Amino acid sequence: MPLPPGKSEIEVMRHYQYLASRNFGLDTGMYPLGSCTMKYNPRVNEDLCRLEGFTALHPAQPIATAQGALRLMYELAADLAEITGFAATTLAPAAGAHGEYTALMMFRAALEARGDARQTVIIPDTAHGTNPATVALCGYKTITVASNENGTIDLDALREVLDTDVAALMLTNPNTLGLFEPDIGKITAMAHDVGAFAYCDGANLNALMGITRIAEAGFDALHINLHKTFAAPHGGGGPGAGPVCVTSELAPYLPTPVVALREENYVFETPAHTIGRVRSWYGNFSVLVRAYAYLKALGAEGLREVSEQAIISANYVRTQLRDAFDMPYDRPCMHEFVLSGTRQKKESGVRTLDIAKRLLDYGFHPPTVYFPLIVDECMMIEPTETEPLKTLDAFIEAMRAIATEASSNPAMLHAAPQTLPVRRLDETAAARDVVVADLPATNPS
Amino acid sequence: MSRLDYRSITDEQRAVQLNAIGVASCNELIADIPSEIRLHEALAIEGGMDEIALVCHVGELAAENKQLVCFAGGGCYDHHIPAFIDHIVRRPEFFTAYTPYQPEASQGTLQAIYEYQTAMCRLTAMAVSNASMYDGATALAEAALMAVRHARGKRPVVVAAETLNPQYLEVLTTYAQSGLMQTHVASIEKMCAIGTDSADGVVDSDTVAAILIGYPNYYGIYENVAKVVESAHAIGALAIVCANPLLLALGESPGVLGADIVCGEAQCFGSPMSFGGPGLGYLCATERLMRLMPGRIVGRTCDADGADGFVLTLATREQHIRREKATSNICSNHALNALAAGAYLTFHGADGLAAVAQRCVEGARSLYERLIATDSFAPFNISSVDTDEASVRSYEFAVRYTGPGSLAELYDTLVVQGILPGIVVADDVLLVAVTERRNAAELDRFVEGVNRYAASAR
Repeated sequence: MPLPPGKSEIEVMRHYQYLASRNFGLDTGMYPLGSCTMKYNPRVNEDLCRLEGFTALHPAQPIATAQGALRLMYELAADLAEITGFAATTLAPAAGAHGEYTALMMFRAALEARGDARQTVIIPDTAHGTNPATVALCGYKTITVASNENGTIDLDALREVLDTDVAALMLTNPNTLGLFEPDIGKITAMAHDVGAFAYCDGANLNALMGITRIAEAGFDALHINLHKTFAAPHGGGGPGAGPVCVTSELAPYLPTPVVALREENYVFETPAHTIGRVRSWYGNFSVLVRAYAYLKALGAEGLREVSEQAIISANYVRTQLRDAFDMPYDRPCMHEFVLSGTRQKKESGVRTLDIAKRLLDYGFHPPTVYFPLIVDECMMIEPTETEPLKTLDAFIEAMRAIATEASSNPAMLHAAPQTLPVRRLDETAAARDVVVADLPATNPS
Repeated sequence: MSRLDYRSITDEQRAVQLNAIGVASCNELIADIPSEIRLHEALAIEGGMDEIALVCHVGELAAENKQLVCFAGGGCYDHHIPAFIDHIVRRPEFFTAYTPYQPEASQGTLQAIYEYQTAMCRLTAMAVSNASMYDGATALAEAALMAVRHARGKRPVVVAAETLNPQYLEVLTTYAQSGLMQTHVASIEKMCAIGTDSADGVVDSDTVAAILIGYPNYYGIYENVAKVVESAHAIGALAIVCANPLLLALGESPGVLGADIVCGEAQCFGSPMSFGGPGLGYLCATERLMRLMPGRIVGRTCDADGADGFVLTLATREQHIRREKATSNICSNHALNALAAGAYLTFHGADGLAAVAQRCVEGARSLYERLIATDSFAPFNISSVDTDEASVRSYEFAVRYTGPGSLAELYDTLVVQGILPGIVVADDVLLVAVTERRNAAELDRFVEGVNRYAASAR
C-alpha cells in the first residue's frame, strides 16, 4: 500500500490551516501546566535559529568552518554551568528524559570505575514518571520514598532506604508540589555518606535562576529542559533539549563529544572516561541557538527577574484560589503550586478532569492534572513569569466561577468542553479498538 | 533601547501582587531556601541585549560558519525543503503547543501526527508507527531494547551489522552498558550463519533477540536484507531494519521483506541539517509488537457526540502512567519534525517522493562514475554478501582514494574551494552523498577539484 498521490501546495496549506484552527497553542491563551513552564516563545529566537549560517551547516564539516556554532555551544554550556554552579556541561541530550538517562549512565560508569556496582535508585513519590522510567532504562531498580506531611522528603524514611546498594537519589527541586526542600543540604549529604550520587531533575529550574546555584545544595548532576526554562518552544511534543551539568568529579564521564577551547580555537573532544555517545552528532542545535539567544537577551539580571516573577505570580494565583479549592500544602510556593478538587468531588461529584475540560471553555489550557500522584484530584498550576496580570486575574476568575458551577450545575461540567472543535473524546475506546494508521485491512472479514 | 524582557508585569502591578499575597518582597516567599546556598552576587552571565544587539551578535556567530556545497551525508542530508513547510512549522498553533495530553484542544497536532504515522506505515509496509523518536541512532537503540523485551529476558543479545552507521553502533553500545542487553557486531556473512554449522562460534543462536541491519548500509550498499531477515527468523529472533525512508520510495519496503521493526532517521523529510539536530527518529513495527513500542502513539476515536477525533493512545506503555514498567523513558520527542515530515509526504505523495529519490540516486550515480573515471578513485565495497558492486542504488557511496598525495589533503583542498566532499571514513575512503540540491555545475566543480589536486600532487 504505497503513499497516496501528492497534493498541490494550496491543498496542503489549507489542510494545515484547518488543523492549526483545531489546536490550542501558547499564543492562543494561558497554559498553566505545572512543571512544564509554558512561557512565551520569543519570536526573535525563531528567526535566529533559522539563519542559514546555522541551518545549512552539515555536522561533519571541518570544525574550522563551524567555529561560530562551536563558540555558541561552548558559551551556552559555560552559562548553564554558571547558572547552576556545576563544573561542566553536555549539550547532547535531546530532551529532559534523555538528560536523566545520560546522567544516570555517568553515575553508573563512575561507580563501576571504583569497583562499586550498585542496584537501586531512590526517588520520592512526587517524582515525574520519567524518573522511574529512566531508572529502569539504566538497569537499576526504583525505591520510592514517601513525602512527609509538608510535601517534602521524609528524612527518616530516606535514612531507612539509603544503603550502599543505592547508586543515586533523584530529586526534583523545587519539587512537583512547588516546594523547595528545606533540608536539601542534609539530604544530599546523606546520599553521599553511603557513596551514592545526588541527581537534580531540573524541570523546575525556572524558580531558581540567580537565587541559588543548585550545585551548592550538594547535587552531583542535573538536567535542564531548554524548552522550559530557556523559552524554546515545546513544538507540540518536542523537539526540546536536555543538557546535563555535572561536578568536576563527573566531567571525565560526559558523553562524547564536548566542546573545548584550545588556543583560541573551539574543538570537539572526547572526555577521558566518556560513557560514549548518547545520540548522533552533537545535540539539538537549533534548540541550543534559541536558548543561547534567550540567555544573551536576559543576562544575569534578567534571569533573576524571571525567577522572581515566576515565584510571585504563582503565589499570587495561589492566594487568590485558596478558598475556592482545597489546598493540601497551604504555604508559600516557588514557581508552581497544587490544588485539590477533593471538595468538589465530594460535594457534587465533579472531578478534576471535569474542571480541566471546563477551563477549555473559558479559553484556558488546563493545569497539569492528577499529578503529582500523592495529591487526590490534583491540579498543578504554573503561571510562568510571562503572563500578564490581566490574564492571571481572568484565570483566577474562571477557576472561581468553575468552583461555583461545580455546585450549581455539575452536569454542565461533566459535559465540558462545549465550545471546542470536538466534545470530550473517548480515550478508553481508542485503547480498546486500536486504529493508529489509515491502512487497508490486512484480514478482510 | 532597553534590554529584552519577556515579562508582562510592571513594577506597580508587582506591588499589587505582593500586597495581595501579603508579603513585602519575593524574599519572604523563598524562606525554604537555606541562606547558606543563597546567591548573594550576580551571576556571571554576559547579556542584557536589546533586539538590535542580539540579532547582530547571533548573526555574527552564524556568519563565522562557512557554508559549503554539501556532499556529506552519514545520516544527515542536504535535501531541499519546500518553502511552504517552514510556514506550516512556524504556525504558533503548532510550535507553541504542548504535548497533546488535552486532546479536545489538540486535534490539530494529533491529526497531523496520525497522518505522519499513516505515511510512515505505508512507506515501510508496517502496521504501526510511533509519533517519533529523537534521531535514527536512539530509534535503533530503542528498537533493540524492544526486541529484548519481546524475548522476555530469555534472549539478551542483539547482533548488529558492522556496516551500520558507526555513530548508531556507538549509541547502541552506550545503551547496552545498562546491562539490559548485550550487543554483538558482526559481518553480514556471519549474521546469516548464526545457528548454522558454519557459524564459527559467533554467538549462541538461542540468546539472540534481534538482528540489526542497514537498508542501505552506512556505505550506501544494499546488502541482502531478505536473507538476513530469513536468518533472523530461522533462529527465532526479530529482524530490525534501519532504513533511509526516502529510498523506500524506490525499493522494496522492509515490511514486504519480512522486517519486524523498521527504524531510522527521517531528517530527509523536511528538517534542515542544523549541525545535526534536531533530526527525526522514526520507529515502525508489526501489530504484534505494538504494545512493546516506546514513545507516543496517536489513535482514532470519537467524541461524546460520536464525531471523529484523535487521542494519544496505548498510554499504559508510557512513563507518565507506567513509571518504572514503561517501555521507555521517552517523553518529549520530535513532534514538530514529524509534523514537517507529514506535510512533506502529503505534498509529494508516492510519485513525488520517488522523483526526489530518483534524482538523488541519478546524481550519485553520475558523480560516482565521474570520480572513478578520474583514476584517482576506485570502487570500495566493505560488504561481501550478494551486493551489486557495479551500480549505485543509493544516493550515498564510498570510494577509495588511489590518486597521488593523500585523501586528507584533497579533502582540505576542496573545502578551501567551498566544497564539502563527503565524510572521510578511513584514511583513504571517502563517503559521498548527492542530494537533489546538487546541480551539474557543482558536480563539475567537485570533479575538476579532484583533477586539479591530483595534477598538482603528482
